[in-house]
Amino acid sequence: MQFFFDHFFELTITGLALGSIYALVALGYTMVYGVLQLINFAHSEVFMYGTFSVVWVFYLFGAGADQSTGSLIGLLVASMIVAMVVSGGVALLLERVAYRPLLKKNSPKLVALISAIGASFALAEAMGLRDRIAGFLGLEGTLTKYVAGARDNRSLPTTITPDPLFKIGDYNVTTVDLLVIVMALLMMFALDRFVRRSRLGRGMRAVAQDPSSAALMGVNSTRVYQVTFLLGGLMAGVAATLYMIRIGTTRFDAGFILGVKAFTAAVLGGIGNLRGALVGGLVLGVAENWGSAIIGTEWKDVVAFVLLVVILLFRPTGLLGESLGKARA
Amino acid sequence: MLLEVEDLSVNYGPIEAIRNINFTVEEGSVATLIGANGAGKSTTLKTISGLLKTRTGRVVFDGKDITNMAPYVRVKLGISQSPEGRGIFPGMTVRENLDMGAYVRTDRKTPAYQEDVDRALTLFPRLEERIDQIAGTMSGGEQQMLAIGRALMARPRLILLDEPSMGLAPKLIQQIFSIITEINNQGTTVLLVEQNAAQALKRADTAHVLSTGEITQSGTGAELAGDASIQEAYLGGAV
Repeated sequence: MQFFFDHFFELTITGLALGSIYALVALGYTMVYGVLQLINFAHSEVFMYGTFSVVWVFYLFGAGADQSTGSLIGLLVASMIVAMVVSGGVALLLERVAYRPLLKKNSPKLVALISAIGASFALAEAMGLRDRIAGFLGLEGTLTKYVAGARDNRSLPTTITPDPLFKIGDYNVTTVDLLVIVMALLMMFALDRFVRRSRLGRGMRAVAQDPSSAALMGVNSTRVYQVTFLLGGLMAGVAATLYMIRIGTTRFDAGFILGVKAFTAAVLGGIGNLRGALVGGLVLGVAENWGSAIIGTEWKDVVAFVLLVVILLFRPTGLLGESLGKARA
Repeated sequence: MLLEVEDLSVNYGPIEAIRNINFTVEEGSVATLIGANGAGKSTTLKTISGLLKTRTGRVVFDGKDITNMAPYVRVKLGISQSPEGRGIFPGMTVRENLDMGAYVRTDRKTPAYQEDVDRALTLFPRLEERIDQIAGTMSGGEQQMLAIGRALMARPRLILLDEPSMGLAPKLIQQIFSIITEINNQGTTVLLVEQNAAQALKRADTAHVLSTGEITQSGTGAELAGDASIQEAYLGGAV
């Protein structure tokens, strides 16, 4: 307990940073649920592909510890763009391959869930077997750097050293803490604006509230589904970049635990609610950190999920409740 | 003919909802489908809008076969619907609902668009008072006005109205029907589905009776209103 009080500010701020990443990934779950009442189980893989994109961009440019600040910033911007493109692309592919054919046939939501679980494993294993895939394509030699150790942890070269910026309480807030939190908030703000203000955003809200009325208004539902998946993918790409900056290591199955946490964050905040994803993510991140300080690190997942159960017992619709459709400016 | 429905059949799973329906709607007219609950009236409108798939037959709009077109394409062509149960977006304000009605329009920044908003608000002054209210918190009558106003925002050539009088107070019913006449006078073709047969027949140029999925009688509104069997079955024995 003494440890908790001694490190209160550090635990809280790093918890907020972690929670921001959960929140960005949670947005993907919550938007797809809000619009399609469907849990995109494979969203964790959308995130995981983003983390590898970041690693590969760093490999590609041969980044090392001797980076100047300017080139490091350039590298981070480039990897974020690539991660957004890759994650967005994987999300679009999922919509096209794993969902749209089922939606067209009016399959029960359960079938779509199974399809998503299948897609999730397929995507994760494809990443874990990328050396074999490269070998199969005869590209092993050219791609060695990228496919070596396909089932092991892959890390960013040590290029990013967090510099202390300012003190909150007794904790030195670092550049990385600040970058992660600010970037996540900016992205969420942009997404929130898009959903509220843009034409397609209004189409999304309309489909979420009443799909057949939306069709009668001339909303192209297929387009709305694509945009929903794409936005979730873009947010996951940003999350993947921030995750790699902060954690630095990924693996072909790194999406799983993070995906479960992000999904938990979405449910905690009220699934279908964009701002709920933010609240849920931050609460979960901080609770995990506090829990592991009070009881012990190995208990942090237990704390997170007990918290979920307790909150849902008292607020079954999550902290903020409301769905995407009903959420208002 | 603005709308031609030819030999249309629609199933809900194994159940036939409508069977070999034929009728046409002339540009500028008011047409009505009357009939009891479950006769297939809403099914017909949903099929014209593209929400339901046909089993047999065609829907032709302005000479174009639209049978296999997606609903949003039909809205762009000029078919707009105020659906059964109103179908307003409960979490949006009245203004946002009206904006949704104009989703397919590209002229939203122009004065023409504002004129159409004003036109809807002139038809339904009540909506103007409630313009920033969340639509889901309004009364049934207000929601009905919003559903019709919203359907008009697409600037449709053909407006489909599904039971606009349902659940409304008698005074409001009168008002809604005179607004429908007004909408028609402003140049929009109307296809009206109603259980309130007396009012519908009074306003309709052509009328069709649907009974368990089939059209059993057709004629002008006045003809059907004067028909003894229809008076018996749908008009409570007297007009």
